[in-house]
Amino acid sequence: MHLEPFKDRNVAPQSAYFHVDIEDYPTSGWDRFKRVVDRTFKGELFVGLWVVLREMIKFEIHTVQYPKEKLPIGPRYRAVHKLLRLWESGYERCIGCGLCEKICISDCIRMDTRIDENSRKEVTEYSINLGRCIFCGYCAEVCPELAIVHGGRYENASEQRAHFVIKDDMLTPLDLLKAGEQAEYPGFGAIIPGSDALVKKTPLAY
Amino acid sequence: MDIAFIIETIAKIVVILLVFSALAGLGTYFERKVLAFMQRRLGPMHVGPFGLLQVAADGIKLFTKEDIIPQNVVKPIFKIAPVITAATAFMAAAAIPFWPQFTVMGYTVHPIVADINVGILYVLGVMAIGLYGPLLGGMASANKWSLISAARSAAVFISYEVISGLSLLAPLMMVGSLSLVDINNYQVGGITHWLVWSQPVAFILFWIAAFAETGRTPFHLVANDHEIIDGFGTEYSGMRWGLFFIGEYANMFFISFVIAIIFLGGFGDGTIAGAFQLLLKVAFFFFFFLWTRAAWPDVRPDQLMWLCWKVLMPIAVLNVVVTGIVMMF
Repeated sequence: MHLEPFKDRNVAPQSAYFHVDIEDYPTSGWDRFKRVVDRTFKGELFVGLWVVLREMIKFEIHTVQYPKEKLPIGPRYRAVHKLLRLWESGYERCIGCGLCEKICISDCIRMDTRIDENSRKEVTEYSINLGRCIFCGYCAEVCPELAIVHGGRYENASEQRAHFVIKDDMLTPLDLLKAGEQAEYPGFGAIIPGSDALVKKTPLAY
Repeated sequence: MDIAFIIETIAKIVVILLVFSALAGLGTYFERKVLAFMQRRLGPMHVGPFGLLQVAADGIKLFTKEDIIPQNVVKPIFKIAPVITAATAFMAAAAIPFWPQFTVMGYTVHPIVADINVGILYVLGVMAIGLYGPLLGGMASANKWSLISAARSAAVFISYEVISGLSLLAPLMMVGSLSLVDINNYQVGGITHWLVWSQPVAFILFWIAAFAETGRTPFHLVANDHEIIDGFGTEYSGMRWGLFFIGEYANMFFISFVIAIIFLGGFGDGTIAGAFQLLLKVAFFFFFFLWTRAAWPDVRPDQLMWLCWKVLMPIAVLNVVVTGIVMMF
């Protein structure tokens, strides 16, 4: 059955919704007797038996054997954060602007920066207190460099939540980057596909 | 009574005990698998190939679990109740011929512990004593749910004893013997001689009563999980609870044997083919127990009583009367 007609919440007579035909309860003893006879010889019980047997024969199993198989999660899913690297140079994308620290509504991001020997702002410390993080996604949305994004890693088991957000764990390792394993984040705050074509030259007279 | 007879009988008892204890465990495995497949699930999969060792895992768990006796229970009765259920289930098996007689190295083996001439009466009677397991266990448990379950089990089992007894009366009138071997031999002529053709009403009635006596799903109100937790089993843990379970599943197998022997020709003429046919029939009835559990809803206790006394019992009595009239003329 196609689901489209049911998305129309307007329950009008011509819509796909209809009232289920429910018989009135029998009032007299004779009616009750007739219902018993009806139910006894109508074979409704065998319909039920056939339905479950049919499902057993068809053998369409919907079980996901979880640790071995996993369901795909949506690209906009907001699990534990990741810090990405630049593709060509392998530098951290984070420029230490501090916008994520500023916008974080639960105040759980903390960063320290310094000016390194190339006069480039370098992030020395970056931590997220996951005990307070509400996974709202504002940090990923506000980041101008697509440096902090949400990952899909939702299976976390450790003695301390802080273990999931050590900066080295969040940052893409260099060998994975070289192997091309770093995935661009398609979810919250990311640029849409084909956005390069939409970039226009800024008029000089502006 | 010679020594050989005693040894043979003890050997048969041990074999039946071992085989049906193991089958009760395997029965839980099949139940979980069949229910899972009917609900588009996989069932147990992780312990062993296809979850087959789940039975062993459950057994180890039940055996090694702490045997908790709650504080306010009536201790001796609480302790003995599960034993009653399991013991009566296996005692009932004494008069059931599981297999036609066969000869091994010139020695004829009768795969029946005691071919007593009141066979079916004995089987039904001992199964009826099984009522005391849930009844005493529930009443001794100091738990309201268990008490409700005990009351229900007393009502249901006693009521449906009437149905199973009355429905069997008509075929027994035709056979003229209470021994299950005689009943089997009465239908030896093949499929057209099966009692189910001459006594279809009795067959249906006894089948319905079998569901009530084993407490299986349409009549599962003795331990209805969504109403009264596990009923009489609520306060039990470890192997005492496991004994209830073994008793229930052994009962399912034995009542399947009884139905197959009385109404569906049993093992027929006693050839190997007939013996395997008996196993197939038993397998079907056991499967049907699981099948209905997946398909049918439970009935309320009052509906069950209504069905028993106002519908099934009059039909059973009418069946006996009609059979008598037909036999007379």
